Amino acid sequence: MDALLQQVFAGLATGGIYASVALALVMIYQATHHLNFAQGEMAMFSTYLAWTMINAGFGYWTAFLLTVGLSFVLGVVIERVIIRPVENAPVLSVVVVFIGLLVILNSVTGWIYTYTIKTFPSPFPTAPLFGNKFVSSHQIGAIGITLVVLLLLFAFFRFTPLGLAMRAAAQNPVSAKLVGIRVGWMLALGWGLAAAIGSIAGMMVAPIVFLDPNMMAGILLYAFAAALVGGVDSPGGAVFGGFLVGVLENVLGAFVIGNELKLAVALVLIIGVLVVKPSGFFGKVNVSRV
Amino acid sequence: MKHVLAPIAALLAVALASPLALAQKKYDPGATDKEIKVGNINPYSGPASAYGTIGKTIGAYLKKVNDEGGINGRKINYISVDDGYSPPKTVEMARKLVEQDEVLLLFQPLGTPPNSAIHKYMNTKKVPQLFVATGATKWNDPKNFPWTMGWQPNYQDEAAIYAQHILKTKPNAKIAVLYQNDDYGKDYLKGFKDGLGAKAGMIVKEVSYEVADPTVDSQMVQLQASGADVFFNITTPKFAAQAIRKAFDSGWKPVHYLNNVSASIGSVLTPAGLDKSSGLISTQYLKDPTDKAWEKDKDVLDWYAFMKKYYPDGNLTDASNFYGWVVAQTLVQVLKQSGDNLTRENVMKQAASLKDYSPPGMLPGIKMNTSATDYAPIQSVRLIQFDGKQWNGFSEVMGK
Amino acid sequence: MSKRNLILFALLLLIVCALPFLVSNYRTFQFTLVLVYAIALLGLNLLTGYNGQISLGHGAFYAIGAYTAAILMDKFGFPYWATLPVAGLVCLVVGFLFGLPALRLDGIYLALATFALGVSMPQLLKYHHLEKWTGGVQGIVITKPDAPFGLPLSPDQWLYFFTLVVMLVMFLFAWNLLRGRIGRALVAIRDHHVAAQAMGVNTAIYKSLTFGVSALYTGVAGALGAIAIQFVAPDSFNIFLSITFLVGIVIGGLASIPGAIYGAIFIQFIPNIADELSKAAPWAIFGIFLIGFVYAMPFGINGAIRMLLMRFGRKAQHAGSGSAVTEPSLKSKEASQ
Repeated sequence: MDALLQQVFAGLATGGIYASVALALVMIYQATHHLNFAQGEMAMFSTYLAWTMINAGFGYWTAFLLTVGLSFVLGVVIERVIIRPVENAPVLSVVVVFIGLLVILNSVTGWIYTYTIKTFPSPFPTAPLFGNKFVSSHQIGAIGITLVVLLLLFAFFRFTPLGLAMRAAAQNPVSAKLVGIRVGWMLALGWGLAAAIGSIAGMMVAPIVFLDPNMMAGILLYAFAAALVGGVDSPGGAVFGGFLVGVLENVLGAFVIGNELKLAVALVLIIGVLVVKPSGFFGKVNVSRV
Repeated sequence: MKHVLAPIAALLAVALASPLALAQKKYDPGATDKEIKVGNINPYSGPASAYGTIGKTIGAYLKKVNDEGGINGRKINYISVDDGYSPPKTVEMARKLVEQDEVLLLFQPLGTPPNSAIHKYMNTKKVPQLFVATGATKWNDPKNFPWTMGWQPNYQDEAAIYAQHILKTKPNAKIAVLYQNDDYGKDYLKGFKDGLGAKAGMIVKEVSYEVADPTVDSQMVQLQASGADVFFNITTPKFAAQAIRKAFDSGWKPVHYLNNVSASIGSVLTPAGLDKSSGLISTQYLKDPTDKAWEKDKDVLDWYAFMKKYYPDGNLTDASNFYGWVVAQTLVQVLKQSGDNLTRENVMKQAASLKDYSPPGMLPGIKMNTSATDYAPIQSVRLIQFDGKQWNGFSEVMGK
Repeated sequence: MSKRNLILFALLLLIVCALPFLVSNYRTFQFTLVLVYAIALLGLNLLTGYNGQISLGHGAFYAIGAYTAAILMDKFGFPYWATLPVAGLVCLVVGFLFGLPALRLDGIYLALATFALGVSMPQLLKYHHLEKWTGGVQGIVITKPDAPFGLPLSPDQWLYFFTLVVMLVMFLFAWNLLRGRIGRALVAIRDHHVAAQAMGVNTAIYKSLTFGVSALYTGVAGALGAIAIQFVAPDSFNIFLSITFLVGIVIGGLASIPGAIYGAIFIQFIPNIADELSKAAPWAIFGIFLIGFVYAMPFGINGAIRMLLMRFGRKAQHAGSGSAVTEPSLKSKEASQ
């Protein structure tokens, strides 16, 4: 029982990582209806920016806030400069641009910072909370921050005019334009927000997995699964999906099928879920008209 | 009559490759009076790009050699290409180097799967596949693959040394093993089990992880739950650091054996936390430039000076950069020994006749020895233990 | 085919046949790989370009084909040519079965399902219960075939022609398939699933069959690739392979037969060029190429060529693609989401 509990907690802790990246993915999907393959590498790059600032002597929270701000700007710039020219290209062409962005960011980061792993500080105390031996304080803190971000997003999209405008722009660009929403800028804003959320995710992930240019490669995969199983248009679903994937993977790996195939089996289960519920647990069902 | 016979005699001597012919200049493709073409394949892109820095260090060192006049008056033309750690691309690149660029030899291609992919090709073409950058055991097979040679101590031998140490110091141990699910991890695991021999039952739990796994936390929890009191950690740097930290944080206090692959203070133990690494046992055959014990060592200072001048972008805490420096010196030694007889056959012959060779950077007492039937240059290591500040050798040099 | 196109085609074929006698064995080997990738890309293009089902995991079928060939040759002593039909058949069945549950999934959900397949494949190949067959992490080494009947060809030249013939047959078959009723049905499903159904197209059967046929193409390519490389290992078939295939069909041109060839040339040669331009960050150069190509030719190389032809006032009748099939437009893609 103790072993099971331990695995569940370890799963929740890694699930928190998946959840935060999944949240960024869902964010950009809501704003642009694209799944951004470069999301993980953008987050990784932001984390390196934070690392550079902290090493230059900035305090943690100063560096944190600066990174979030800078990432927002970078996200907007990427949308305006790189994505805008292919706005009217087929969806898959845009996907190829994402892949291009992914390999560029990965390679350039490796070139600048080299590939050796780096430690990234945590803002949370090193002693485990309440003396528990399951989860570190940082992991609990990271989950807390993910939930705060989720809450803020929810409020932003539900209650602010800007948030509503962004949703409108994504869901029906033509009508949104007609009511005076600057759709182009809404897209850029969506990218900015996603990049900012991604940077938070990166800074929460790095203390756990260590910072290196390939840090996000494995995580992105799980985050995709998490985002989709929760429903790609539901931020809450993404967070739920993250925890689900984390726990499922650990419990299956430890007790059912062994570690060798745990990823494969976890993915098969997720596909199973999707076959029964094609829009994920919390996604909207698509109705199409002829 | 004399005049007619002389050239024939010379030809005969060359054909027999007798020692007399050494005075004669002899070349295979890739070697001339002016240059020696050396090919290299490294993963500069893709999932294993962290190791690409080895290829860059080698290039930097060969540039230094060229700046200092080259080898026996010849400059080395180093052609290094990227295979992204993808075996099909390795085949393509090996063919490019051999058939198009016409290199004299292929030096330090990296990784077991890429090298396996070109193993047969290189031996059919009779082009040296020299000092491959992998510790698999199969590279020491001069009978079937006379054109392929390893360099570093092989994984199985190293693992067997840990096994013997456990049998000697803790005969009733319960052992947990964490290994990477690929050729490298499985090779170590095999050597470890062979080393334990009849007592392989001492292993109470073995779990694997994939390179794509974000963390090994779940695996560590499983290992700890097994109640083991000895832990053999077969992981690459990032996962090694995670495992060391997790073992400490969760209050598990096993006797912890760490494979040499990740025994760098600068790139593994420091990120994991030096206090958390205290007590680790590993093996070494090279000096660790990030270890305070070697701070004032001449070799290490030379390496720092070399890095500063020829590879200023290189990371000084990365053990790969030190490794590349030492292995490149080995190549230069072999080419020096080959003299003016730069045929592929002679290069292999010279590589197979290293005698007590110990280039700067090797641990004192560890020497390379090869012969026509022994294609494993480095076969000895020393057991070391980490005291929270530095590695301390606590055994004689072990192995052959 | 019009007479002019036929002449053009014959001329092209002549050049392609002369090629291995003009270049070195190493280059011939590279061109063989181009042909292999072209078959794989055509397979993916049938599914993604024509039928609108996005696959991020076609490397898995390529791997199955490659391993089928390698195991048959290594363990059962099959001659190399006999492995192709088996590899194709195995992939057809696997693809069809995979296509059945995938029917329920749309757009990015299908992308994830296929992505999962692509990611899991190397792990399955390493799985210790299959090790007896797959060779586990060590992979399988196979022998390169020599030219038969005492033909005066090097093994590389022979393999090139062998691959060329297989490719031509498979391309011809696809061309025949796509220009008729089936091709129209596939495109109709892609452009408007519901409407196609309403018009009496059995979308379920079409979609899973397309999956199967697409996997068959890619599987045969995988078998040919294994024979050319003489080695299979789990590391050869990671997720980057699947992504590379996707890149290939997009850059080459979606829903076009010649696009598969352009894409194959791109994925074979551009990484090499990137590596030559920069050792420090070859991937960065590759990424710039990717983005650059999409900027310059958002509808792929084939799309760009068509546009050029149209601009010069000729009829946009391209040798390879039938008139029933059009490029996927932005609108249709949006509507299907």
